[in-house]
Parts: sequence; C-alpha cells; structure tokens
Amino acid sequence: MHEWALAESVIKAAREHAAGAKLRVLSEVGVVLGELQAIDRKIFSFALAELAKGPFREIGRCRFRLIKAPAAFKCRACAKEFTLKVLKRTGREGEYIHFIPELAHAFLKCPKCKSPDFEITAGRGVSIKYIKGEQ
Amino acid sequence: MKALDPRPSVISARLSGIGGIIAVTGWKGGIGKSVTASTLALLLADRGFKTGLLDLDFAGASAHVALGADGVFPKEEKGLEPPEVAGVRLMSVSFFSGKKAVPLRGANVSDAIIELLAITQWGKLDFLIIDMPPGINDAALDLIRLIPRAKVLAVTTPSVMAHSVLERSLALYKRLKVPALGVIENMTPPPGQAAKAPGAAGPAFGGRPGGGAGRLIGSIRFDPGLEEALGRPDKLLKTAFARDLGKIMERYFKKPDNYSGSRIKLSGI
Repeated sequence: MHEWALAESVIKAAREHAAGAKLRVLSEVGVVLGELQAIDRKIFSFALAELAKGPFREIGRCRFRLIKAPAAFKCRACAKEFTLKVLKRTGREGEYIHFIPELAHAFLKCPKCKSPDFEITAGRGVSIKYIKGEQ
Repeated sequence: MKALDPRPSVISARLSGIGGIIAVTGWKGGIGKSVTASTLALLLADRGFKTGLLDLDFAGASAHVALGADGVFPKEEKGLEPPEVAGVRLMSVSFFSGKKAVPLRGANVSDAIIELLAITQWGKLDFLIIDMPPGINDAALDLIRLIPRAKVLAVTTPSVMAHSVLERSLALYKRLKVPALGVIENMTPPPGQAAKAPGAAGPAFGGRPGGGAGRLIGSIRFDPGLEEALGRPDKLLKTAFARDLGKIMERYFKKPDNYSGSRIKLSGI
C-alpha cells in the first residue's frame, strides 16, 4: 500500500493547484502512471477515492483519470533507445524499482552496450498531467 | 499545464511529527560523517529520544553498516515505515539496492530523494538525523529546498584540505541562510601530537571562537577501536568515539538556545 502515500501527494498537489488557480471545484485530474514504477491501478484508484472523501469540498466530486505511460529509455553511452519489455529483472528487483524507480540504474542495463548510464525518457512514475475545475 | 510532480507537496506533512532535524554533513569523503550521524542517532535513542536516521548518501550508503541493519526491511503501510534497528528508525536506499552499487546522475539523485521523502512515514520522532553525502551537490541543494528547517552539523578532520573545503562550504551555507549547529572535528590527534600527524592543521579554525555556522563545538579523538565496533550498536556506544561525541552532544545540546526553533529541549540530558 505504498500507493497510498503517492495518492496522498496527488490529492494535496491538486488542492494546492486549485487554491493557486482560484478554482472553487475540481472536476477532473489526469494522473500519469509510469510503467516503470508499476503502480497498482486498483489500489491507487481506491486510495484516491478514499482520500478525496475527506473534508475538502473542492475535490469531493473530482474524477481521477489514470493515464498509462509506457517506459522508455535512452542509453547515454551508445544512444540506443529501448523499452522496459526488453529488460530482464527479477521479481525482487521489480519490487525495489516500484518503491524507488531510480533503482532501475542498479538493476537494469542497456540491452546493446550493457551500460547502467541511461536516461528514463518516459514512464518513470506518478505525475499530474492536467487539472480541470471551475472558478 | 506543464506536468506537475505531486510528491514534494507531502514532504512537509511526512516530517511534521519530527521535533528536530539534523543534517550531518561534511564536504570531503572519508571524514566520518556516516559514523558520526549513526552514532549520534544511537546516542539520542539511548537517552530515550525517539530517533530516526535517514541515509541520503546513495552512492556510499553506510549507515546500515554502522548499525548492523541486516535482515530488516521497511513495512509497507500507507507508505513505508522505517524498520527499527537498535532503537533507531532507519531509512536507507540500501534496503532497495541489495548488494548493488547505485550509479545515479544528479537529476536521478533528486528524484530518488523526493520519492524517499514522499513515501516514508516517520511518525512521531524527537529527532531525525540525516547522513548527507559529501559535497554541496544535489542532495545538499535538495535538503535546503525541501527541508529548510534541517540544521546542519558539519564534520571535518584536522587536514588542511578538509579545512579549506569546509571554510568555503560554510561561507556558502551562510550566504544561503542554512541554519547550522556548528562544526565537529573528527580524528583529532591527542594533545602534543597534532604537529606530527600528516597534514594536520590543528583544531578547526585554530580553535578560535568563530561565530555562526563555523563555530567549533567539539573534537573527537582518533579512536583505533572504532572500526571493530561498526555493525554492533552496543559496542559502538561504548567506544571512545561515542564518548567524545556524547560529551559534545550533552554540552552543546543541553543549552535550549542552541536548538532554537525546535520543540525539543534537551536540558534533560
């Protein structure tokens, strides 16, 4: 349930954005879930729904749209571009990457030159793509 | 809108149950930051304070080695709850990297620090000790940005090189208005031997009573017995190193003014 902590951050950031943009009500928040972190969609969705039930009027009826983002990488050593599907990792390594996606650099390597010095160009973890609401 | 990183928004809430946050830092490698941070955490826990230890030195994580944290892992509960080792709640990247090195570039270090701060549920603590990596780098700049109330405790050695870097770094911290507790000199040779030690520069700042960030608050003698106590908290607490550090802690922290801004008053120590 470490998804709960990240869901909390989405709720708090969305509320802060609403306050800054003077939005009275939030109607929809688009949340990107990067493939690399392998967030459990069901748990995350449940956590968002539960947390939005709190005493915060502006977010109580908000819809959360979860958007899947495939992970993509580019090797800094040989410029090879690759996806997560071609990378081998054990279940335990996947779990560690789930907690801290940067651990990918400890366990994964470029399929061409074997370097751990690659860039995660897409699909790292949780981010907010858009926030819709009414003033 | 530009993609928004939600994680920093919860960091202050995650740290809200913590009384005082002390970042043990130093700007050279191998000067004893990790053993100072780990022993300080053990000393505080030994005196009954609820204490946490966060190892932010991703490339050289070693607080878990000092504490002998084998076979423990954070508990997943609405985030990650740090396991307790010898009375200290410990969070370290080593839990997730196993025996592997963690080769991270600057932006990745920042991302990993934000992730760890956003998901770690410390609960109520009197103190959180942070073991910082050497240098003013991403971790240091993130600390200033994300945990502005953390107070810096700098470690140096009698080496002229360590002093040179220390003075420049402290000047920068002062300019950035980073709150500092002061400087501890580690591996100080016994009296009369200072001149014989290779590279020895004498007490930090020549022992002069400098004010503010550069204030020397104590020295720790070189302890040849320290190495064999690493990994065994009970033995670590009995070393000459821990005794010297404990004296500094008691002498310095028991003046409540020295920890102003914190809810903690250590006058009971």
